Amino acid sequence: MTRPFDEGTVVAIAHGEGGSQASAGRKVDGPALAVEHLTKRFGNRAAYSDVSFEIGYGEVFGFLGPNGAGKTTTVRTLGTLIAPTSGSARVAGLALTVANGAAIRRRISIMPESPGLYTRLTVEENLECFAGLYGLSDARERIRRALGSVNLLERSQDLCGALSKGLRQRVALARALLNDPEVLFLDEPTSGLDPVAAREVHELITAMRSRGVTIFLTTHRLEEAERLCDRVAILNTTLRMIGRPDELRTELFARTLEVRTKAPLGNPGALFAGLSGVKSWSDAGGAAYRLEVTDPEVAAPGVTRALVAAGADVLSIAESRHSLEDVYLELVGEEEKAGRA
Amino acid sequence: MSQSWTRIWAMTKKELRDYRRNRFVVLTMAVMPLVFTVAPMVQLFAVKITTTSPAFNARIGLSLLYMLIIPAIVPSSLSAYSVVGEREQGTLEPVLITPLSSQEFLFGKALAALLPTIAISYAVFGIFLAAAATFAQPAVATAIFSGSHIWIQLLFTPLLAGWSILVGIAISTRSADVRTAQQLSVLASLPPLAVVALITFNVIHASRGITIGLAVALLVIDRFGWRAVAAMFDRERLVTGRRG
Ligand SMILES: Nc1ncnc2c1ncn2[C@@H]1O[C@H](COP(=O)(O)OP(=O)(O)O)[C@@H](O)[C@H]1O
Ligand SMILES: [Mg+2]
Repeated sequence: MTRPFDEGTVVAIAHGEGGSQASAGRKVDGPALAVEHLTKRFGNRAAYSDVSFEIGYGEVFGFLGPNGAGKTTTVRTLGTLIAPTSGSARVAGLALTVANGAAIRRRISIMPESPGLYTRLTVEENLECFAGLYGLSDARERIRRALGSVNLLERSQDLCGALSKGLRQRVALARALLNDPEVLFLDEPTSGLDPVAAREVHELITAMRSRGVTIFLTTHRLEEAERLCDRVAILNTTLRMIGRPDELRTELFARTLEVRTKAPLGNPGALFAGLSGVKSWSDAGGAAYRLEVTDPEVAAPGVTRALVAAGADVLSIAESRHSLEDVYLELVGEEEKAGRA
Repeated sequence: MSQSWTRIWAMTKKELRDYRRNRFVVLTMAVMPLVFTVAPMVQLFAVKITTTSPAFNARIGLSLLYMLIIPAIVPSSLSAYSVVGEREQGTLEPVLITPLSSQEFLFGKALAALLPTIAISYAVFGIFLAAAATFAQPAVATAIFSGSHIWIQLLFTPLLAGWSILVGIAISTRSADVRTAQQLSVLASLPPLAVVALITFNVIHASRGITIGLAVALLVIDRFGWRAVAAMFDRERLVTGRRG
């Protein structure tokens, strides 16, 4: 169970949905996290509902959603701080039960939204306390290594109360690395940081990713998830979408072709149906049509040919793109789609 | 679950470091003993030998009782802060996600409040005895050193501290804010002190049996009360901040 930070090269494997291969560097079978129909209610309000996903060892998994989406509550549930209302989960190979609480907490660590450091203690004293709480025998060496991986060795004697927010965040990260966790939860690791400090945290996460650390990262920032993660799930109380960033990009980029003809088409449904690359169409009023396509470059020539073959006078065929941000906001705003994973 | 002294001591050590750098705690620990020692000491040493015996004994009792306020009050404010204080400053969640068990957490906190309390109480009592031997009139000194005064003091110091810490932490575990917790804890630390007072003033006749009975009762509460407190320790409520 103890694994030095820098041992082995664990290749991050991108899993398909429900994939559960363990990566080659681990002697552990099964997924690092497996969550099935997990729901947490506070009173009769769901913090998150019917959430299911799996994460493999060595994977960096992004949990993307707006404020109040249920990200922190999910992390706390998987970290055994909060009992789920229903559903089940396995965390680092152990069933999420009250009896397994301490054993699970030994195998994972969480960097919470706020660092929560003892401000009257030095960086080293903070880490020393937590090395003790983990019951680590080689505390000195662990602390040195953890501080080394967040580039804070030279600040170890500073009082935490005197550190900037960015540095505190790095101390919290070092603290989370002490027990060499099988799954590292990072809850909004860059929220409230200035761009420079945020970038430093991004670089640290990238470095951990290349060392094969399994990371569950929550964020409300799309570009952060896209940049750091092997796979991303979009949450807004329920899971809206899950996949690799490039898949999400394709999907989120809901690309459209706008077609304008001189006169309304006689039978647009028959014309657009079955064209390769065209997923759906809608009437945009007058003699305009909006086609949802997988790739405009693939679809446009076929659409043009079909229109010409049907004898339509084409005025224009243009690609229109929503920004990733727009589509993301639209997606998390679709309350009525609740329940779709 | 088996206790780990490494984990308990990690918590205790952190607390002791934190106290030392907290001006308010240091001040409390310095001023309280002064307040509750100097006045009775001066008063006692000024006693004339002509004072008749029962009143005289009561005055010695009062002076010693004053000193028992130290182990009752000093740890109550420390332990009242222990859980809700960490919650308020946002340091509780990182601790709760370590393998530390509820009991280990509570023991670590209790030990951190107990150690300085015992050290201060015994030190103050030692100073008092030394001063009595040196400055008090011989009859007063003899009265202090004879009889059961000394062992009652030695015995009840940790027992009263244990009670105060137990109820202080219990209140801290359930409180929504530090101030309320501290006020309640100080109040809750007083009842056993009142019983000791009754014994001291011979309202309850200070038979050896009653004194030992009280000591045993406190010991049993201090020893087994932890189960109840550990059962009150609900991670979810502490983290999500909902009132229990
Ligand atoms: N202790 C609580 N009591 C009641 N509701 C809560 C509690 N904690 C969180 N919630 C609610 O659950 C939802 C999810 O919160 P949270 O997990 O903190 O979201 P996120 O971390 O994605 O911003 C929010 O609507 C929030 O108001
Ligand atoms: Mg959150």
